[in-house]
Amino acid sequence: MSGLLVKNFSVSHGAIAAVKDLSFTVGKGELAAIIGSNGAGKTTLLRALSGLIPHQSGEASWNGNSLLGKKPEDLVRSGVVHVSEGKSVIPELNVKENLALGGIWRKDKKDVALATEEVCELFPRLRERLLQSADTLSGGERQMLAIGRALIARPELLLLDEPSLGLAPLIIEQIFDAINQLRHKLGLTVVLVEQNAMSALKIADIGVIINVGSLVTSGPSQELLADANLRAAYLGY
Amino acid sequence: MRKSKSLSALIFFAIGLFLLGLSNFVDELRAYQGAQVGIYVIAISSIILLTGFSGQISLGHGALMAIGGYSAVLSYNHWHFPMLLAFTFGAAVAALAGFILGMAAARLSGPYLAGTTLALAVGLPSLANQFHILGGEQGLSFDIGEAPKWIADKTGGDFTQYKWFFWISVTCTLFTMWFIKNLLQSRFGRTWRAVRGNPSAAALSGINIGRSKVLAFTVSSALAGLAGALLAMILGLVAPMAFTLTLSFTLVTGAVLAGVSNLGGSIIGALVLVVIPEITDAVATHLGGSEKISANLPGLITSVLLILTVIFAPNGPQLHKRNKSGKAKTQ
Amino acid sequence: MLILDTFLIGLSSGAIYALMALALVLVWRSTRVVNFAQAGQAILSTYIGYEVMNRTHNYWVSVPFAIVAGAAIAAFVDAVLMRALEKRSHKGSVSEIAPVIATLGLLGLIRSLTGMIWGNAYLQYTSPASGKGYEISHHTIPFSPQNLIIVIGALVVMGVFAAVFKFTNLGLALRASSFQPEISRLAGIRVDRIRTIGWAFAGAAGAVAGALVTPTTYLSPNSLDLLLVSGFVAAVIGGLDSLIGAVLGGLILGVGFAFILQYIGTSVTFSAAFFILIIVLFLRPRGILGSKIGRRDA
Ligand SMILES: Nc1ncnc2c1ncn2[C@@H]1O[C@H](COP(=O)(O)OP(=O)(O)O)[C@@H](O)[C@H]1O
Ligand SMILES: [Mg+2]
Repeated sequence: MSGLLVKNFSVSHGAIAAVKDLSFTVGKGELAAIIGSNGAGKTTLLRALSGLIPHQSGEASWNGNSLLGKKPEDLVRSGVVHVSEGKSVIPELNVKENLALGGIWRKDKKDVALATEEVCELFPRLRERLLQSADTLSGGERQMLAIGRALIARPELLLLDEPSLGLAPLIIEQIFDAINQLRHKLGLTVVLVEQNAMSALKIADIGVIINVGSLVTSGPSQELLADANLRAAYLGY
Repeated sequence: MRKSKSLSALIFFAIGLFLLGLSNFVDELRAYQGAQVGIYVIAISSIILLTGFSGQISLGHGALMAIGGYSAVLSYNHWHFPMLLAFTFGAAVAALAGFILGMAAARLSGPYLAGTTLALAVGLPSLANQFHILGGEQGLSFDIGEAPKWIADKTGGDFTQYKWFFWISVTCTLFTMWFIKNLLQSRFGRTWRAVRGNPSAAALSGINIGRSKVLAFTVSSALAGLAGALLAMILGLVAPMAFTLTLSFTLVTGAVLAGVSNLGGSIIGALVLVVIPEITDAVATHLGGSEKISANLPGLITSVLLILTVIFAPNGPQLHKRNKSGKAKTQ
Repeated sequence: MLILDTFLIGLSSGAIYALMALALVLVWRSTRVVNFAQAGQAILSTYIGYEVMNRTHNYWVSVPFAIVAGAAIAAFVDAVLMRALEKRSHKGSVSEIAPVIATLGLLGLIRSLTGMIWGNAYLQYTSPASGKGYEISHHTIPFSPQNLIIVIGALVVMGVFAAVFKFTNLGLALRASSFQPEISRLAGIRVDRIRTIGWAFAGAAGAVAGALVTPTTYLSPNSLDLLLVSGFVAAVIGGLDSLIGAVLGGLILGVGFAFILQYIGTSVTFSAAFFILIIVLFLRPRGILGSKIGRRDA
């Protein structure tokens, strides 16, 4: 099976069951929006998928290869890249170094240079600030840097944890635009975790709505957007 | 409450009588070692109080022992304080030093505190060379003399000096344990536990964390000072050599072996510290008695024990077991 | 003249403190552990250098052996002891101080081991460079060829470290994984392995300190204990997080000690370390160059 398969997946923090018996699939090249309010278990799900925390039960595979029981650094090398919650950059390093980090382990240095160039094209604001410390970037720029670093690893599956968190609407739009562009250009598969249901579902192919760790519903994002009941209960607009 | 307090006092008294009686049936060496165990119990308890109950670390308790030892000896030799008063004075001066150190310590987190107290342990003993009154490298001799005649007469037989050391050490140890036990049941003890368990919750409930830490450091230092004075007594002197970095490390080892939050464990820790050299001596002799081996085997064994304990039973042997059974239940 | 002499004494000892501080800071940054066993590791590598010199009768050959040994010992300590400690770190009352205690245990273990193998007597590990001060217009300055080697050696180590950290991918990985281990892992860096390499660098710096300073004194299982304290104080002066701070801290402390030694007396030197430490911690708890960002609570 190609694409991402998550089946009967459960994760807990000690006694707290944060993700409960969750199942969904994302086809290759699709963009899935995972929607849920604060504390729904979205971050926990992504962290378990990328190997940062252990899962409890269930399956998760990418193109037929299990994601479970692997270290995050190994998953990155096999094309599964997670951009963690809250502007995942290293403030002590400058922009260039943060980008370089994404390709440090790659053998094909020519392609790393190419990918870096592409990122600078996609986010010109980064190019202007290459030698600036990441600490001095605005929230939006940091998010761009984090996504840019992930792209330099040449991911096949990109896991994005709330890239819109704490950003102004205009910046959110820019970032979502970039994500949308990317996946059409590079054929990326994207799992986009969001509270910002409207913007996320607009660019997504499918939506997965979760509530306190459990699946509410999933389906084509247009259908979810049109469902008045869902809107009132979970999408909040 | 009242009743249990007097009961526990009675128990301590009974143990004391038993131990003192015991001293009639053992030889000189054992009496001396008994005194040693008592001193270690006090010193290890002082660390347990600090680390296990107040969450601070000290690698410098050897230096606080030195302060207690030197103060006791100076007051005894120069101002002719009576013995008990000299011991109390030693503890009081160490408490004062501990109070000052504790003020600094309350602001420091783990590794900083460890390094600062380490610097104290290394630096303080060398001060003895700076001040003439402290006797330099040779130190000062300390002779508390024979046991008073009425005690010797009462017990009959020959009342040796080692036996007298043993009596003093045991009495001080029991008194200390009784004191700590009551302290831990008091308001202060509850405060420490609250801070240790959850500092932010304790702060919210109005506990002054800084003050609680300083108090723990002060009391702990007083106990270390008393242990230092007793150590000076059985050694017959105070000198920089007696309060080395190794002593400080040994105390931490004893506390970890005891299980740092288990006061009763201090007896186990102290026994281990006294027994290990005994065993290793025998082993070294068996191995051919090389000086290199016999001098270093005790250190080797205690270090290995320390490392193994901290890896495999970081909360001490007893607590570890309890943790395990607790875990089993929740699963 | 006297002031210049005193400064020269301080320069040489400061270089050694700086090396030790570098070792401590490197480990602290990556592992959040003050490695009290660093003195022990340096002693062990120096004994190995001593053995090599006994075989080859060449100090210059023995030093690289000591350095490699120091790096290997440190890597071993991280990969075995620290790893085991982390795997079993409970939430218990001692979990925070467990690493401190473990490194202390290791210090004791190495001391006793070296004592068993080489005895506790003072050994001579001599360098062909003279320990006698240079003579400048009939005045013997307290700065010998061996002191010069110490200063040059420390400069070389610092230069190599600076180059590696600033200009190589390994250096980038070392910095990234010590600042933000999780983000580094998500960027594909094998943080565990990188950390062990960081320990090896620290071990090498400590080994250089041991191999260079020992010819000016003597070799015994605890002859570097005082250096540990000075290194720690230097590291704290520098902020415990900063490599440049460690170097500056070492120099400040070395020169400061030299002046105390000259104008107050020998016996206060090590109590001075304590008082300097207390003063620094009160005035600048983060040291002169301690970083403001990314600093996890100890
Ligand atoms: N490290 C943790 N320890 C304990 N509970 C946690 C931890 N991280 C998250 N949780 C709990 O798990 C649940 C899901 O959290 P999270 O995955 O962060 O939600 P979301 O990202 O959807 O906001 C919440 O109830 C949260 O309190
Ligand atoms: Mg989240």
